[in-house]
Amino acid sequence: MFLNPVLAMHIPDGFLSVAVALVGWALMVVLVGLALRETRDKLGERQIPLMGILAAFIFAAQMINFPVAGGTSGHLLGGALAAILLGPWSAVLVMLSVISVQALLFQDGGLLALGFNTINMGVITVFVGYAIYNWVQALPGRAHGNRLLAAAIGAWVGVEVAAIATSLELVASGTSPLQIALPAMVGVHALIGVGEALITVGAIAFIQQTRPDLLGETAKKAARGSSWIAVGLLIALLVVFLSPLASPSPDGLERVAADQGFLDAAQDAPYQLLPDYTVPVIKNEALTTIAAGVVGVLVVAGIGYGVGRLNSHGKAGKRGHTV
Amino acid sequence: MTLSLSLQERYQAGDSPLHHLDPRVKVVMTLLLILGVVLTPEGAWPAYPLLWAVIGGLAAVGGLGAVRVARAGSVALPFALAAVTLLFTVPGQPIASIFGLPITDAGLTRFLSIMIRSWLAVQAALVLAMSTHFTDLLWALGSLRVPGTLVAIITFMYRYLFTLKDEAARLLRARAARSGILPGYRSGGPLFWRARVAGGMIGNLFLRSYERSERVYAAMLARGYSGQMRMLTPPQLTWGAIWWGAVPVAALLLVEMLAFLVWT
Repeated sequence: MFLNPVLAMHIPDGFLSVAVALVGWALMVVLVGLALRETRDKLGERQIPLMGILAAFIFAAQMINFPVAGGTSGHLLGGALAAILLGPWSAVLVMLSVISVQALLFQDGGLLALGFNTINMGVITVFVGYAIYNWVQALPGRAHGNRLLAAAIGAWVGVEVAAIATSLELVASGTSPLQIALPAMVGVHALIGVGEALITVGAIAFIQQTRPDLLGETAKKAARGSSWIAVGLLIALLVVFLSPLASPSPDGLERVAADQGFLDAAQDAPYQLLPDYTVPVIKNEALTTIAAGVVGVLVVAGIGYGVGRLNSHGKAGKRGHTV
Repeated sequence: MTLSLSLQERYQAGDSPLHHLDPRVKVVMTLLLILGVVLTPEGAWPAYPLLWAVIGGLAAVGGLGAVRVARAGSVALPFALAAVTLLFTVPGQPIASIFGLPITDAGLTRFLSIMIRSWLAVQAALVLAMSTHFTDLLWALGSLRVPGTLVAIITFMYRYLFTLKDEAARLLRARAARSGILPGYRSGGPLFWRARVAGGMIGNLFLRSYERSERVYAAMLARGYSGQMRMLTPPQLTWGAIWWGAVPVAALLLVEMLAFLVWT
């Protein structure tokens, strides 16, 4: 069941503390507001039918699976694919619609948890995937302009960063201990990400052969992609660097280790990804939440600043070149 | 197959007071119930059955069957895997052990509390989804200040969800029809190839969806679409509906007060 990405990342209600859930909602409201404005400017009256039908497409695409082994199957989450096909802001709206319908209509993922579910699956996979996709294509050497390789790496990294973010949210809520949640989520999603990458490449390759004009449209938009690279990488870095900040519980796991002596035994097993894990920087749960909130605001401010600069550039005049 | 893939709509048509309740009131009531359930302190054991009585009572009034809702509420249970390690990591008195790992009383309390609260929250969301048609639900969200464009996009998505699900099902059926197995031969290609095939199917589905959206947009333009979705005049929000919705919320408040003051 955990091998199924569709469920593995949909946090149900009750697993996030109310404070953490509200931070997620605040972030989501700001980002979705930005996404609505951006896409309205770009698409005009086409916005509603195009976004609506493509949201239904992502929903249906998540049904298409391929058998892996032992009864498990690979699925698509779709964030990176949507970003590559539609551009990041449209992709955020499409993913938000998908995740909302899954929560409202099918109870896949909670309503209070909708904020962070959207951030994880609809913002992080989109922005990180898109940034990496553009970055890899801009690299010199053999990777230069290799759209499929770039899509594969973008999809994989996007899923991985989203998994890290999901585990951090659970840890900050006191629902999962860091030493276990983080390596488990990262490990499982390293495999899930491979499925995501392969499917994304398959889809892009098919579209490249049949309707290359559709990819050309977004490629032109990617001319302004250099700032996206910065934004996406910033998100990824923030998520990663947040890991030591998120205190698993105010009680402190070090004491458990001392009291029970079991962590010594347990550390032989899968937890060696964090061998030097020490006492969390912030011991107080409330403080952790505040720290998360502050960082969240900084993320939003950074994104807002980036968007503002992009707009002024776009209006200022011509773009240098098209990819 | 996950839950969402069966695409079994939860809505059950009915004639109960819950079905007739203004969807705006129902949405606010459900969000408050979920918020209250999640806020309940851990280990406040008497609060949980009472909260269930509130939610189950609503289900019963709606003719949905409290037991059936409770059973359907177990959809979030697989996620327990994310919290199960709390049993061992929360400091406290060891009360039992599995594979040599001691389970602490505090760990058990936190784990059970999370599971019960999650189960109750899912049930509250289920009662809303089972007693409210999705278009009414979306309309209610729109009048509760969710941006109109977003509501229109999701309404559109809902309209085409089943159409595109059928497209996906046709693609899957076509693949299954071409995937014959000969006895004694290994079936299917390597994993890499299988994933690329699935990717190709999704690319195909994207083109069908994109071209459909162009046709739909052209058809809408031909019928006078100008960027605005037109709606009938909404019904008035009555005090009766608000009082109706206030009853479960008041019960919730009472339980929460007891839980915070007495049972912790």
